[in-house]
Amino acid sequence: MSNATLQELSAQLAAKVCSSVELAQDFINKINGLNKDLGCYITVDAARTLAQAQAADARRAAGQAGPLTGAPLAHKDIFCAKGWLTTCGSKMLSNFVAPYDAHVVERCDAAGMVTLGKTNMDEFAMGSSNETSFFGPVRNPWNREMVPGGSSGGSAAAVAARLAPAATGTDTGGSIRQPAALTGICGLKPTYGLVSRYGMIAFASSLDQAGPMARTAEDLGLLLNVMVGHDARDSTSLQRPAEDYNRDLAKPLNGLRVGLPKEFFAAGLSADVQKAVESAVAEYKKLGATVVDISLPNMGLSVPVYYVLAPAEASSNLSRFDGVRYGHRAAEYTDLLDMYKRSRAEGFGAEVKRRILIGTYVLSHGYYDAYYIRAQKLRRLIAQDFAAAFKQCDVIMGPTSPTTAFRIGEKSSDPVQMYLSDIYTIAVNLAGLPGMSIPCGFDGSGLPVGLQIVGNYFDEARMLNVAHQYQLVTDWHQRAPKGVA
Amino acid sequence: MIPYAAFVFNGFFTPFMALTLDDVQRAAHLARIAVDNAEAETALTQLTRVFGLIEDMQAVDISGIEPMAHAQDLMLRLRDDVVTESDQRNLFQSVAPEVDAGLYLVPKVIE
Repeated sequence: MSNATLQELSAQLAAKVCSSVELAQDFINKINGLNKDLGCYITVDAARTLAQAQAADARRAAGQAGPLTGAPLAHKDIFCAKGWLTTCGSKMLSNFVAPYDAHVVERCDAAGMVTLGKTNMDEFAMGSSNETSFFGPVRNPWNREMVPGGSSGGSAAAVAARLAPAATGTDTGGSIRQPAALTGICGLKPTYGLVSRYGMIAFASSLDQAGPMARTAEDLGLLLNVMVGHDARDSTSLQRPAEDYNRDLAKPLNGLRVGLPKEFFAAGLSADVQKAVESAVAEYKKLGATVVDISLPNMGLSVPVYYVLAPAEASSNLSRFDGVRYGHRAAEYTDLLDMYKRSRAEGFGAEVKRRILIGTYVLSHGYYDAYYIRAQKLRRLIAQDFAAAFKQCDVIMGPTSPTTAFRIGEKSSDPVQMYLSDIYTIAVNLAGLPGMSIPCGFDGSGLPVGLQIVGNYFDEARMLNVAHQYQLVTDWHQRAPKGVA
Repeated sequence: MIPYAAFVFNGFFTPFMALTLDDVQRAAHLARIAVDNAEAETALTQLTRVFGLIEDMQAVDISGIEPMAHAQDLMLRLRDDVVTESDQRNLFQSVAPEVDAGLYLVPKVIE
């Protein structure tokens, strides 16, 4: 049961092969077995999960089930879920029980999905390895000495370890795609504005986007269909006609133009990753695609631009954590200023503090034009590069991450080393484009490699088609790590 | 260690302005985060490295380019000026560190 995809579970539930309660119990049992070794979940609440499963079964009995009613789902602990501890991987919110639901959680609940728990993540979504969580690191199910990637490391590891058939994640600089690549699963960051950020604890508001993580492209589409929708409470939420993102899965790929940016295949890319990605491209040629060499000349600016913009926005977004209305408050303080300073010093981890300091500095008097405004202008150059590229190709492909999973602790002493893990993913967030990662092979030591597919704005249906056709002729997405179901 | 210098940057190790401990402490004060001297030293080393990364932005010609805050050119949506929320103060204050009579309690500001 628990090795089934979301699509298969949907069919099994509809055919009454199993009930939602049986399914939920099966996953709860497996989580109880494996979670202490992998650290995927911060919070599990069997009673709450089973109650939701019972409601889903009742809904099915009343003839009111939808395609995903009763299907289990894990939520990244960045989404407020009413009555659930919502920690954002931080000591600052380690006591915060959310009094309301995020829009994403509302939509999944309305579809009848069953919450298995809240997954571990880098603190406040800042990280690429899930090592900055207050609740301990997540271990990669393929090799437990290795990181799963981040910041949606818990969601990625849970799906890879078959502790959830699918999970929600968020992606600001690569935090869905990079952990998907490092754990051999699929993850998609939609076009900015498609999924509401209401109730999703904010890191960098102009970059954050929620998206699905699962084991197949088809499953991504099923969950994306549930997650996308206008929400008046998010001022950046787009109003667009509803669409079925899986409508084009079966289209043949003849005539597809795949752009390969030369900047994605330059120095810094590991040989194993390059080989697996090139094999994937060869497979796409067999499926009828033609390859177009393209260039994204300002790609090299994406990491510095991001590390000005994202910390700047984070410094503003995290100023709400002051010990007054919610979250951690210091036990001892002399006055209000001291209360703020100690609560924040105690509640935030080192990486979060580092980024707040960077952000505060680049927004401060005398530096705002030199750093923040300059970065916003360079951001437009980066977006323009993609716009030009999409005149010559339909989708862009390349590696998701320059390396496969690295050892826990290997990069945590040098922040810049860690930042470079996102070198291929960041530009996509800066431009607001949709991007996804799907598994395309393994390195010499059996660690997964991810292929990144970048589409033009609102082209998710085509991207899922492109991924699905590859998954019909390969089986990377069906491989499982040892020691899971 | 990823040899990213060839791929991305030149001048990585030459920051155009050196950060000082004062800069760190000033940012910490603005951000309302207590940073002791030892932490400030570590932060300075790490921030200097990050600013080395950022410096490569400075060389690019940006004349005539508009800043980009959002991928789509959107107008901020307006709504009618009517009350749509209900009073959920008790619920929202149930997670507060210290409340009394519907008020959040903090140390006195004016002596």
